[in-house]
Amino acid sequence: MSHLLQEHAPITEAGWALLGDEARARLTPALAARKLVDFAGPHGWQHSATNIGRTRALADAPVDGLTALQRRVLPLVELRAPFSLAREELADADRGARDVDLSALDEAAHRIATAENRSVFHGWHAAAIAGVAESSTHEPIPLGEDCERYPRHVARAVEVLLRAGIGGPYGLALGPDAYTRVFETTEHGGYPLFEHLRKIIGGPLVWAPGVQGAVVVSQRGGDFVLEVGDDLSIGYERHDTDAVELYLVESFAFRVLTAEAAVALTP
Amino acid sequence: MGFDQYHEPADELPDETRTFARLCASLTEEAEAIGWYEQRLAVESDHEALAVMRDAQGEEFKHFCMDLEFLLRRTALWREIAEGILFQGGSIVEHGEEAEEEAVEGAAARGAPLAGSTSLGIGGLRGAAS
Repeated sequence: MSHLLQEHAPITEAGWALLGDEARARLTPALAARKLVDFAGPHGWQHSATNIGRTRALADAPVDGLTALQRRVLPLVELRAPFSLAREELADADRGARDVDLSALDEAAHRIATAENRSVFHGWHAAAIAGVAESSTHEPIPLGEDCERYPRHVARAVEVLLRAGIGGPYGLALGPDAYTRVFETTEHGGYPLFEHLRKIIGGPLVWAPGVQGAVVVSQRGGDFVLEVGDDLSIGYERHDTDAVELYLVESFAFRVLTAEAAVALTP
Repeated sequence: MGFDQYHEPADELPDETRTFARLCASLTEEAEAIGWYEQRLAVESDHEALAVMRDAQGEEFKHFCMDLEFLLRRTALWREIAEGILFQGGSIVEHGEEAEEEAVEGAAARGAPLAGSTSLGIGGLRGAAS
């Protein structure tokens, strides 16, 4: 039995399949970071840290006349999004109901995907994760709300990357507000703004809940790595006669290897 | 025998694996039927019988393709390899080698689940964006 304790849950095989399908359907569109940065793993639940090849000097040693270095590692964080499902709903699903209320799972999926995106793009200080946008060595470019000017801003970001010797194609993570504006806008002549931006970056344009503004990221690879221990899974917490308490969980860390390979566009 | 498509005890197999095995058995039967009709057509001289059997073989082609499509929809890696081989000109063997190598290495790069893992199997999503 794994640490997820799924076998202890009062959920049938068909019920687990339903929850897995629903979770994947909700998570996949929202996991923007995984669409734009390298993915390493999954290394398993027991993977606690990644070797980054760095050290720090220790001020003293147990015996005089020695020097000492301590290895630095990248520790993984465990991220957990709890949710509760009515057992009656799961029983109805087993009877063939097609309109089962899984909204709590949907909300948990959105929360954990948003948290992963925010950690990757804006960092998570308590977890010692530096994000893509805050690590960038380039001056942020104000994005604003006038989305007809977005192509100019994005083209400028691409030019900044090219001048820095960062090859393309490039990807664009757009926060939800900016994404909606882009999707709704047609430029003069009827050409969709969405397509115009895609031509500028040459790579994917991604809806990124958790991102503020937007981030242009090189897609050449090797610049940003999401290190995953246990990939997103559903675990069991407890149950009573009415409800079963579950959670979505993952363990991960994030590394910026080339800080100049992205440009932030601030809201 | 009706249940011999299962290689392992059926009651130990998940529902989706039993369904997968049934469709694999069906695919095999359709391929066999296509081969049988091909042999019958090769030796038959009655034109009316030939027409009936050609029509029947066409049904088997359809059934085979439907079974195959179902299985490919349920098996991402199989589908990816098939996409590199089917309906391509040139060397079948070379396409096969290339498709297998790219698909298997790609699965590893995307973060395919560890053996025995009960994760959701999402992994990396590079290439999945719009």
